[in-house]
Amino acid sequence: MTITEKILAAHSRKRQVFPGELIEVQVDLALGNDITAPLAIKAFKEIGAKRVFRRDRIALVPDHFTPPKDILSAEQCKVLREFAREQHLSHFFEIGEVGIEHVLLPEKGIVVPGDLVIGADSHTCTYGAMGAFSTGVGSTDLGAVMATGRIWLKVPESLKLIYHGKLNPWVSGKDLILFTIGDIGVDGALYQAMEFCGETIHHLPMSSRFTMANMAIEAGGKNGIMEPDEVTIQYIKPRAQRPYRIYQSDPEAHYAQKRYYDVSKIYPQVALPHLPSKVKDVREVGRVEIDQVVIGSCTNGHLDDLRVAARVLKGKKIASSLRLIVIPATQEIYHQALKEGLIEIFLSAGSVISPPTCGPCLGGHMGILAKGEKALTTTNRNFRGRMGHAESEIYLSNPAVAAASAVKGTICHPEEVVGRKIKGAL
Amino acid sequence: MKLEGRVWKFGSDMDTDAIIPARYLNQSDPKQLAKHIMEDERPGFSKEVKRGDILVADKNFGCGSSREHAPLALKEAGISCILAKSFARIFYRNGLNIGLPLLESPEAFEEIEEGDRIRVDLSTGEIFDLTKKKKFLSAPLPPFMQELLKDGGLIPHLRKKRKKLPKKA
Repeated sequence: MTITEKILAAHSRKRQVFPGELIEVQVDLALGNDITAPLAIKAFKEIGAKRVFRRDRIALVPDHFTPPKDILSAEQCKVLREFAREQHLSHFFEIGEVGIEHVLLPEKGIVVPGDLVIGADSHTCTYGAMGAFSTGVGSTDLGAVMATGRIWLKVPESLKLIYHGKLNPWVSGKDLILFTIGDIGVDGALYQAMEFCGETIHHLPMSSRFTMANMAIEAGGKNGIMEPDEVTIQYIKPRAQRPYRIYQSDPEAHYAQKRYYDVSKIYPQVALPHLPSKVKDVREVGRVEIDQVVIGSCTNGHLDDLRVAARVLKGKKIASSLRLIVIPATQEIYHQALKEGLIEIFLSAGSVISPPTCGPCLGGHMGILAKGEKALTTTNRNFRGRMGHAESEIYLSNPAVAAASAVKGTICHPEEVVGRKIKGAL
Repeated sequence: MKLEGRVWKFGSDMDTDAIIPARYLNQSDPKQLAKHIMEDERPGFSKEVKRGDILVADKNFGCGSSREHAPLALKEAGISCILAKSFARIFYRNGLNIGLPLLESPEAFEEIEEGDRIRVDLSTGEIFDLTKKKKFLSAPLPPFMQELLKDGGLIPHLRKKRKKLPKKA
């Protein structure tokens, strides 16, 4: 069996499961945010449930429109807060403590390897980077899970994506996943498990692994997953709030397809409007003047992402024609960035620092685009109008390209700004 | 269960931001959401849609976010069913969970045109284009999903199941 099948089998108390099989599984952790949880709580009550299945296995993370941008958003947060109090939930995060859910929950050790995680947020697939099965659902599903601790799932076929070779300068997990989505398309892994493997993956830090698993949904994947290794264990050991279990794919496991990527041929990638699959090598994008750069999100708001952006921005000023918004994904990352002097670099360069929030990624707040504006962002989706006006445009890239382009004013390779001496190794 | 309505056609990779932009998600009242469906994609759509109308779309309908507000807003606006070449998986689950029937039929997408009147038989998966007098097939939904739809979605379905359970002594 594959790692995905093994986790699903273990959680449905079966010795073996097969792709296509409908199973009912026990959920280790269920999560929702300020957009999806209010509807889930309504569903929970409509079912007639009184108590959640386990108060320590539900996480409510108000991160999308927070700090509340208007009265309606504040009301939604209040629904979460009151439900968390009423049900004595262990994992509700107030402003000052809250961060972007998919960076926050691993950081706090609330998700661990081997878990089965159900989240009312499409980027729930992020936790696969730690060797967990995690997938996004809607609010009604979450409401039912909160009540019963169980959910039906179809066992997905697995797509094996194998990466080998040495990374080029300034290339990170973001480029590998953008390249992959460009290769297979926005529905190239529809209903499938995307298993990322190969020697390159084992050389990636957790931040890049989270970025890759995070964007599995952008290829239509049900989950993204990686086998845990020493890097994973080093990351989770000091954080884990529960015992964890390491699963690995059998050598004879069956895959719907295997695809191989020589990463030495992959350079920083940019996804052009309006699909994450419209990718190009940054050097082939041509001259694109941009109005706004965003560095942050559940995809690229990690400490490593801020570090690489700071390496590009150190001692430089952003172009006067644009604005740069930097969003540390969690309070811990924000605090550490402050200690390391990264925030100083961003401020001196002329950027604004936002509190942890999903904010502009989904066109929520904290950096909405006007008609005709173009943004280069480290987020995950560039659908038409996602970040603001229907006639605005979104380009996606890694944090180094975003930072360099903020200095130059047009989309560019980091080498154009920092030269070839400073290398963007991970 | 049989449904009949007028067809609206949409292209491929219709994402959830197109169906209901996130700027309206600071609340979850279906009536409010329904006013904004497809607003950026096809301005004025919410006013043109009539109860019972059917969407026919290309591949990967509903890709992107997990927002259940998307199928909820479409259902509230009067959409009775969606036929597509394929659906993004979270949208698919959400649609069935809230009692909005979804069927996959590549053939129907190719042949059916906007404005056609069609009839959909959920139990057999048959689609009749009454305008063109043609019949297409889609894979019928598995029995448990049909039951879910008949009950009106996952919540009424679970409530019914709870009622059937013997009460604890």
